Amino acid sequence: MLSGITMGQYLPGRSPVHRMDPRAKLAAAALAVPAVLYSSTWMTIAAVTIWLAAVAGLSGLRPGIYWRSMRPLWILLLLSFVVQALFTPGEPLINIGPVDISEPGLLQGALLLWRLGILLVLASVITFTTTPLQLTGALEWLLSPLIRLKVPVREMAMIINMALRFVPTLFDEARLLLMAQQSRGADFTSGGIRERVRGLAPFMVPLLTNIFRRADDLALAMELRCYQVGAPRSRMNELHFAAADFAAVAVTVLLLAFVLGCRVLQVAKVAS
Amino acid sequence: MPCIEIENLTHTYFPGTPLETTALRDISLLVDRGETLALAGATGSGKSTLVRHLNGLLAPTSGRVRVLDGDLADKNFRRRLWRRVGLVFQFPERQIFSGMVYEDIAFGPRNTGLAGPALRDRVSWAAEAAGLPEELLYADPAELSGGMRRRAAIAGVLAMRPEILILDEPGAGLEPAARENILRRIIELQAEQGTTVILITHHLADAALYADRLALLEKGRLTAVGPVAEILSRPDLLDTAGLEPPFTVELTRRLAAAGITLPETPLVPIEAAKLIASLLVPGVAS
Repeated sequence: MLSGITMGQYLPGRSPVHRMDPRAKLAAAALAVPAVLYSSTWMTIAAVTIWLAAVAGLSGLRPGIYWRSMRPLWILLLLSFVVQALFTPGEPLINIGPVDISEPGLLQGALLLWRLGILLVLASVITFTTTPLQLTGALEWLLSPLIRLKVPVREMAMIINMALRFVPTLFDEARLLLMAQQSRGADFTSGGIRERVRGLAPFMVPLLTNIFRRADDLALAMELRCYQVGAPRSRMNELHFAAADFAAVAVTVLLLAFVLGCRVLQVAKVAS
Repeated sequence: MPCIEIENLTHTYFPGTPLETTALRDISLLVDRGETLALAGATGSGKSTLVRHLNGLLAPTSGRVRVLDGDLADKNFRRRLWRRVGLVFQFPERQIFSGMVYEDIAFGPRNTGLAGPALRDRVSWAAEAAGLPEELLYADPAELSGGMRRRAAIAGVLAMRPEILILDEPGAGLEPAARENILRRIIELQAEQGTTVILITHHLADAALYADRLALLEKGRLTAVGPVAEILSRPDLLDTAGLEPPFTVELTRRLAAAGITLPETPLVPIEAAKLIASLLVPGVAS
C-alpha cells in the first residue's frame, strides 16, 4: 500500500508551480483538459505535449517521480490501447489469429494512450504541487458563485478540510485499537463470515464511540470560537493572484484556442 | 532467572519505503522473572515499540528476542503469546466495547477458553484485584467515572492471569490518589502471583516507589539500565533522555551543590524530610 510515491500525494517544494495560486492552477488545468481531448493533429498533439513538458519541468520534480506514480495504472493504460486498437474498424494491417489490427486502430489506440497519459501527468502535477488545503480553498472560491443558488459550498469545503485533518488521526486510532484488542485475544482473521462480523464488534464499537466523542468535542470547540455554519470566514494565507498566475492561464487559453482553431479549420488529422 | 532475553533488537517500520523509521536500535536487555522493571524515555524513544514485541504484536526486524520459553522468530509462538503476556495500553478505557463491565472483562479470559463458573470467578477476582467494586460489574461502562473505567479496563487484562504484565502509563490522566491506588494494587498482585511487571512511565517518582530496576530509552537506544536509585542519581543520563529527575533527587543534588550532603539519596519526600531533619537536629533518628 505504501510503496514508493502514491498518486495524489503532496510533495513539498518551492518551484514556480508550487507557488502558483491554486485557483489559477485549477483553472489552467480545467482549460487544458478540452485542449487535450480535442487534439487530434500532429501539431496540436505536439503543442500540448510541449506545454505539459514545460509545466512538469517547472514543477521542480524529477521526471522519474511522474513515471513511478503512474506505474500502478500501466496495465489500465495498456488495456485501453489494446482494446481501442482491436476494435477500430479499418484495413487490416497485422493479423494475429482471429484478430485483425488495422492502421487506424493503431493510431486511435496510440492517441487514446497519449490522452490518458497526458491527463494523468496533468493531474499529478496539480496534486504533487498543491496541498489538499490549497485545493479545497481553490475549489471553494471557484464554486462560490453557486452560494447564491443555495449550494452549501462553504460547508462542503469545511467538511472536506476536517476530513483531511482527521482521517490520519482516525487511522492511527484504529490501528491502536486493533492492537489493543488483539492483545486480549481478539481474532479478526479466522472463522467464517458470521464469526468474523461478530468478531469485529470489539473493534468497531469503541472506534465509532471515539469518533462520535471526537466529533462532539470538535463541534463544541468550534462553537466556542464563534464558528457559524456557512458564514464567510477569512483565511490565514490569503490567496493573491500574481503575474505568473495570469500568464499561466493566458498561455493555457492560447493553447486551447490553438487546438480548437486547428479542429475548426479541419487541419490534417492523425485520428479522430 | 531471566524470563525475557532481548539481544540486539532492532525494529524498523515500513522498511524500504519513503516512510522508513528505525524505532529501536540494537537493544539488549534481560528481565528477571518476578521483577518490576520501569521503562522511561521521551515520546518517540521507542518504549511502546519495545513492549509490543513482548506480547507478540511485533516481530524483530533483526536481533533475537526470547520471551518466557519461546523465540519471537516463531510466528505461531507470537500468535499465542497474548495469553501469557498481558499488555495494558495507555488510556485502556478507550478499548471498552461492551455495554456491561462484566462482559468486557470477560472478553480476554473467554478468548483463552475459560467458561462457566470458572469464568465468573476469574472476572470477580480480576475486578477485585483492580479495585473495582463488585456491584459495578453489572453496570454500563459509559456510566462509570474515568477512574473506574480505567480499573475495569485493567481488570480485563488481569483476568487473563498473565505471567508478564506490561502497563503503559497506567496512571495517565488520573489524579494522584487514583494513580497510587492502581500502582499499589499491581505491586500487591505481583507479590501474590510472582508476575513480572514492566511499567512504562514518565513519572520517575513512580519508578522510585514501585520498581526494582529502571531502563532508559533515548531515540531507540537503551542508554542505561540498573537499580532505580543508581540511575536516578545520574542527572546527566536523565537529562539527555529528556526526563526530569523526581523532586527528591533534584533536591538532594541542589543541597549538595550548596554544600549540604544528605547521607543517602531519598526517593520519596518523607525520606527526604527525615534525612534533612537528622542533619538539622543532631540525634534525631532518620
